[in-house]
Amino acid sequence: MKICVTSSGQTWAAAANPSFGRAPYFLVVDVETESIDPVKNDPGVHGAGVQAAQTAADRGVAVVVTGSVGPNAFQGLAAAGIEVYIGATGTVREAFDAYRAGKLSRATAPTGSPHRGGRR
Amino acid sequence: MKLAVASGKGGTGKTLVAVNLAVVLSSEWETTLIDCDVEAPNAHLFLRPTLVERDVVSKRVPRIDEARCTECGACAEACEFHALAFVGGRALIFEELCHGCGRCGLVCPNDAIRETDHPLGEIERGQAGAIAFAHGRLRIGESMASPIIGELKRSAPESEWVVLDAPPGTACPVISALHDVDAVLLVTEPTPFGLHDLRAAVGVARELDLPAGVVINRDGFRDNDVERYCAEEGLPVLLRIPFDRRIAEAGADVRLLIDVRPEWKEPFAGLAASVKGLVR
Repeated sequence: MKICVTSSGQTWAAAANPSFGRAPYFLVVDVETESIDPVKNDPGVHGAGVQAAQTAADRGVAVVVTGSVGPNAFQGLAAAGIEVYIGATGTVREAFDAYRAGKLSRATAPTGSPHRGGRR
Repeated sequence: MKLAVASGKGGTGKTLVAVNLAVVLSSEWETTLIDCDVEAPNAHLFLRPTLVERDVVSKRVPRIDEARCTECGACAEACEFHALAFVGGRALIFEELCHGCGRCGLVCPNDAIRETDHPLGEIERGQAGAIAFAHGRLRIGESMASPIIGELKRSAPESEWVVLDAPPGTACPVISALHDVDAVLLVTEPTPFGLHDLRAAVGVARELDLPAGVVINRDGFRDNDVERYCAEEGLPVLLRIPFDRRIAEAGADVRLLIDVRPEWKEPFAGLAASVKGLVR
């Protein structure tokens, strides 16, 4: 199973990023092997949440671990059958471990506003 | 003469300038006032127009004909605005992100995309004394003001003077209001915030290659930084409206400044003359 941790960098030591749509990187972690594959998230001016959901879906992740997720991104992730866990803090490693330990809560609805991360 | 009254910062006095100027102009010229602030129109409060025409403004959004769709994902890939996603084996449409450009329909190899109207808001036209009046209103929950502003400008009557009360800010709705005008008045106030947003608004005017003049409202309220900036940039200050409780009271009573204090008719007539000087 693959999970996606939103990140400010490309390594385990990078800070987990609180935004889903506008996080600079998605660290795709293979839960079994703990190998990581950094994917550059490249939000444009418009529709960052939808685009990010598309990227996560295309990578075949089952779970997204992030700080908060907006309505468009949530709808896209839900349609793809991807579970969303929110409240990630610290490094990617810490966020991943918190998820594995069951310390993060699962979002059943959007937790952020649209356009939170960027300008219109 | 098509003149936009813009500001950058909200609440600096765009409507104060636009409505008083329009009324003064209308005593001598055919005048149209278009309130382009479709997110919060307020010129009608001062001009009290009789509105006789009403149109709904819509954008065209895609619908997917499931029978024809082969789930190729070309539409989602083509969308510049990410209004389409292709996840879980089907296309998802985010109507509020759609700009109605029609590209998804053009790239669909199976002719599976139909378009339907998605209403964005309404425009209304009428008469306020001698002034031809038009304004629009963006529906709650919608974010795309530009198509409404575009339709307002297209449908408003031609006249010798068209005064456009622009939305605040420097984003898409402002560009829609300012593009194709002859000149722009930038209304500001002598505060750090007023100066900051004036700089942004001047940037827009220059980008659009528009002759610009400045109106300083609440003059004397705080500092001279705005005056200094205008001098440095070679921006003419065409009118100064003092920081005066009686002017604020006229606004609070939703009355025209030139009605409450008729001595202001002449400065607004002078402003109109100065605007003409800008475009010469």
